[in-house]
Order: sequence, then structure tokens, then C-alpha cells
Amino acid sequence: MSTNKVIHALYNDDDILMDAVKKVKSENHHIEEVFCPFPVHGLDKAMGLAPTRLAITAFLYGITGLSVAVWLTWYTMIADWPQDIGGKPNFSWAANMPAFVPILFELTVFFAAHLMVITFYMRSRIWPFKEAENPDPRTTDDHFLMEVPVHGNEEELMALLETTGAVEINVVETH
Amino acid sequence: MYQFSGKLKMLAIVLMAVGLLGTGYSFFSAPKTLDDAKEILAKQDAHHGGHEATATHAEEEHVEEAKVEEHVEEVVTEETQADSTATQAEEHVVNVAEQAQDSTNVQANEAEVKEEVAHTEAKEETHAVAEAHGEDHGDAHAEHALHQMQNRPWSAMYVALLFSLGITLLVLAFYGSQIVAQAGWSVVLHRVMEAISSNLHYVSLVMLVFLIATAMHMNHLFTWMGEGVTDPTSPNYDAIVDGKKWYLNTPGWLIRSIIYLAGWNVYYFLIRKWSLAQDNGDLKQHKKNYNATVIFLVFFMITESMASWDWIMSIDPHWFSTLFGWYVLATFLVSALTVIAMVTIYLRSKGVLPLVNDSHIHDLAKFMFGFSVFWTYLWFAQFMLIWYADMPEETTYFLLRFNEYKVPFLAMVVMNFIFPVLLLINSDFKSRPWFVILGGVVILAGHYIDLFVMIMPGTVGGQWGFGIGEISGLLFFTGLFIFATFSAFAKANPVPKGNPYLHESETYHYYNIEHTGEDSNHH
Repeated sequence: MSTNKVIHALYNDDDILMDAVKKVKSENHHIEEVFCPFPVHGLDKAMGLAPTRLAITAFLYGITGLSVAVWLTWYTMIADWPQDIGGKPNFSWAANMPAFVPILFELTVFFAAHLMVITFYMRSRIWPFKEAENPDPRTTDDHFLMEVPVHGNEEELMALLETTGAVEINVVETH
Repeated sequence: MYQFSGKLKMLAIVLMAVGLLGTGYSFFSAPKTLDDAKEILAKQDAHHGGHEATATHAEEEHVEEAKVEEHVEEVVTEETQADSTATQAEEHVVNVAEQAQDSTNVQANEAEVKEEVAHTEAKEETHAVAEAHGEDHGDAHAEHALHQMQNRPWSAMYVALLFSLGITLLVLAFYGSQIVAQAGWSVVLHRVMEAISSNLHYVSLVMLVFLIATAMHMNHLFTWMGEGVTDPTSPNYDAIVDGKKWYLNTPGWLIRSIIYLAGWNVYYFLIRKWSLAQDNGDLKQHKKNYNATVIFLVFFMITESMASWDWIMSIDPHWFSTLFGWYVLATFLVSALTVIAMVTIYLRSKGVLPLVNDSHIHDLAKFMFGFSVFWTYLWFAQFMLIWYADMPEETTYFLLRFNEYKVPFLAMVVMNFIFPVLLLINSDFKSRPWFVILGGVVILAGHYIDLFVMIMPGTVGGQWGFGIGEISGLLFFTGLFIFATFSAFAKANPVPKGNPYLHESETYHYYNIEHTGEDSNHH
């Protein structure tokens, strides 16, 4: 059954695209990918994509950053070489804690932000010199493209996409 | 339309009645004479002897010691009367503060026995100074404690009064900010915020009575109002307060206070009237409300800051902090948003807010979260700058709080920062009503403690507690709040149907959350 064929249906309006996505989903066709020039609100819900867990990773990275900062301030200021600097209490970490709060805060934010961004790049497979995966350059400007793999009746799928208001439908061989 | 149920009205009246009775009792049971105070102190001392090793003992020890320290400060100030130059007075205060600090270090690092020594030493020193004066200060300690005990019912009431007034005022100011920002999401909450703000009239009235009673010297909450503090020939002379006389004087204080209250009440009266008038959809009315609110917000920012100096900071007239007004603002702002969220959730569960959906609750919870962090930022900025520089005349403020109010002082940071941050950081949790209520209760309790720790150390010092007086104050103002809010809400259409942003608010939807059961059916 399986072929290497996909259909590229192009739209020129995000509202029409949304309706098309809902219609194709309701006919139980799998949508491989949708390419848009800008974020379309509600598209992920319409496509049934799982919510992102990026925020959870950021929270964990933040805790990591906080721990690093606690360790750093404790080791350098209290454990390794406790000097009397301007009368600040260095008997224990807690006694001098208020002085460490700015760095605790900043390192928490630093870790949360940067590690989350790197996670995003890795999960999205984005890096310098990466070859663009864009099937049609118009999708970066003013067109929306829905990619539906062909399983079984190609004619029927073409006919369905025709009814969704696509401005152009191409059948493409993939490798 | 909402019907103020008889049951709820009854609850409000019962709360107020119980609160009044309890407050009356706490005034009645406060010591009247020096002998009463001595008796109580003797009881406390006996308690000391009995439980040498317990933790409570250690705590009370601190209390006693700090009291003596305070006392030393007083006596030293009196001593300066002979020299009567301001510079020297300041020097003395510095010395005393340093002493206080030294003894804290002792407390922190050495055994209880040493504390006892420091304690006695301080006491002896006091007497030495007093004797050098040739005056009888034998009763001075008891007299000091007597004043604190007599202040307690007043302070208990005052904390609850200010808490209620501050929350109500900040609900009004938040409402104003929504009008000026032309916020689309919050229009369906306008009537809720108006209803809560109606409490302002009632609390202002109580505040007015309190202000007049205070100006008539019926209590000793504000030491700078005391007899002879600005008179160089008086034994009570205080050079530092004398230097602030141009601002801290009773008539000026009273007049300023009345201006703040009048200004806020006039704005509330007008905006409520005009908001109801706008139900006909007149856009001219909308612009008029906008303009009035802009003027109010400018007035509010100035008066809120000044009110926090007059009503809270001047309780410790030797101490000052520049961001105090903002800090007080943040405390009340978080509490105000929490109260808006709680009242909204309650009314929605009664089915009288059909247009409020989970996204509105989510936004309120986001504000609660954000302003909790903002409060912490200001609280810490104030604390850390003073801790870091450790200038004696500023540090005494926190020293007193950290030594004598350690539990509330630290609990407050957990309740106002760590708890809301962990609870309300999750987007799903923020739209769950019971979660918001749970977070809200802790936030409100935390900010009550915050205000408690601002007021109490300067008025009752070591004689603090959380008893009938404090609880009664809270009950009374909670009752008043319920009565004012829900009777005002019952008087108007819950939907401000003339507002041009109503539709935007009705269809408001935050993309990230799944709406559940209690929801509007409008989209």
C-alpha cells in the first residue's frame, strides 16, 4: 500500500488553511506537515499536536542553575577560603545568604533561558549550515502548504483537497 | 442580577458583631495601671525561672533584652537633653545601635548563659545612666511595658483596619489601571472590582474615627505624637523627631490623612456613578471615565506613598526607607488581586457571572503570581540594601524584627514568595479555581503577617501575640468587607453592558489552557 507519494496542497489564506486542516482531519487523513510564513493561532490544536514540554525543561534547568549557584557561592566564599571581606559574616552560607541572592537569581535565569533555547534548537533540529527543508519557497512569503502522504486512493484524496479551497495541488515523489 | 442571600448577610453581621465584642474585650482586658503591668511582667519573669532550658524561655529572653535595649535608647536620648544638639543625639543612637548589634552577635554565637550576662549588664547600664541623671527610673521599665500592653488592642485593630483599607484601595486602583490601559480582558470583572471597592467608604469611616482618636492621644501608637518630644526642656525631648517636626506633626498628619481618604472616596463615588451611567453605551461617558481615572491614578500614586509614610513608616520615626511606599503598594496589590480572584470565583460558582471563563481566572492568577514576585523583589531590595550596608540607624529596624518576630518574619517570605511561585507557576493550575483559592488564602495570610510585622514591633514591641484582639479585628473587617461587597454587587447589573470592550472580554480566550466545566458558553 505504502507509496512514496505526498500531496502538496497550497493555500493563500490562514483561515482557509485552518478549515482545510479540520476537514482533512475529520476525513481521517494523516497530515504530515504544514508550512506557514507566520504562526497561525490554533493550528497546533486543529492538527492535534501534543503540547510542548519546553516550559518543564526550563523549570528543571532553572533548578539546576540555582543549585550550581548555591554550590559556587558556598564553595568559594564559605568552604574554600572564608575571608573577612568588609565584615560580612562568612561562618555559614546561610549567614551570608542575602549577599548571594543576586547571583543565585541570575544564574537561575541564565541556565533556564540558555539551556531551554539549546533544547529548542536540538528538538527542532536547527543549526547553522543546516539545509533548508522548505518544499516550496512561497511558504516563507505568502502561501501555506499542507503535506498529506498518499495512502490508497490518490484520486479521492485529490478530490477532497480540491474542495478545501486549495489554490494549487501537486503530487510529489519523495525519496 | 445577583441576590445578596440572607445567609451571607447574616454571616457578615455575625462576623462584625463577634469582632466588635472581641475588640471590646481586648480593650477591657488591657492593663490600666502601672501595677497591672508590673503584675503581668512579674508573671512573665516567674515563667522565666520555671523553664530555664526550654526554647520559649530563650525567646522571651530575647524579648526582655530587646526591651532593655530600647530602654537604653530612650534614656540616652534623654541624656542628650543636657547637650541638646542634634549631632550628639545621633551619635548616641549610633552607639546604642552598635551595642544592640553586638549583643545579637553574642546571641547568635554563644550560650544562653552569656545572654543572661549581657542582659543584666544592659540593665545595670540603664540604671547607671538613670542614676547619673538623678531621676528615679525604677519604674521606667514597667512603664515602658505598660505602654506596649496598652497599645496592643489598638495595634490589633489598626493592622486589620489598614489591611482592609489597603486591599480595598488597591482593588480600586487596579480597576483604574484597567480603565486607563483600556484592557479588553477584564471588562466582565469591572462590576466585581467596583463592588469590592465599595468597601472603601465604610473602612474610610472607621479609619477617620481611628485618626481622630489617635490625634486626641487616646493611644500611643505614634511615639512622635507624644507629650514633649519636640520640646527641648521636656524629659521626653527627642532631637531626631524634633528635626522632622515640619512633616511629623499631629495637625499636618490629620489634614493629610483626611485629604487622602477624601480623594479616594470621591473618585470611587464618581466612577461608580459614571460606570452605572455608562450602561446605556454612551462613548462620551466612557471618555469621561477615562479622563477622571488618569487624574485619580496620579493622585493615587502620590497619596499612597505619603499615606504609607504617615500611617506605617512614622510608627518608627527614627527609621526611614525610600522604597517603602512601593513596598506597601506591592503588599496591598497582591492581596487586592487575590481578593478579586476569590470573589470572582465565588460569584461565578453562584452562577451570576455568566461571561467569566477560565481564561479570566487564569489572568487573575497570573497577576497574583507576578505581583507576588514583585513584592518579594521590593521586600528583598529593602532588606538586602540595609543588611548589606549595615548602617546602625537603619539596621535596628530589621534587628528588632529578626530577633523578636523571627517566626512571622521568615514565615511571611515563604508564604508570600516560595509558596505562590511553586503553586502558581504551572499554567494549568492557574485556571483551576480551587488551586487559586488555596494559593489565595496563603497569600492573604502572608500579607496580613507582612503588615503585622510592619506595625507591631514599633507599637507593642516584645508584648506581641496573636490573640483575641488580633482575630477580632480580622473578623470585624472581614464581615464589613462581605457586607459591603455583596450588597454593592447586588445593586447593579453584573455585566457592564455599555462598555465598548465588552465583546472582547466576553470572547477572551488564552490559547494555552483547556477550558473546563464552569465556563461561559459564548464561544
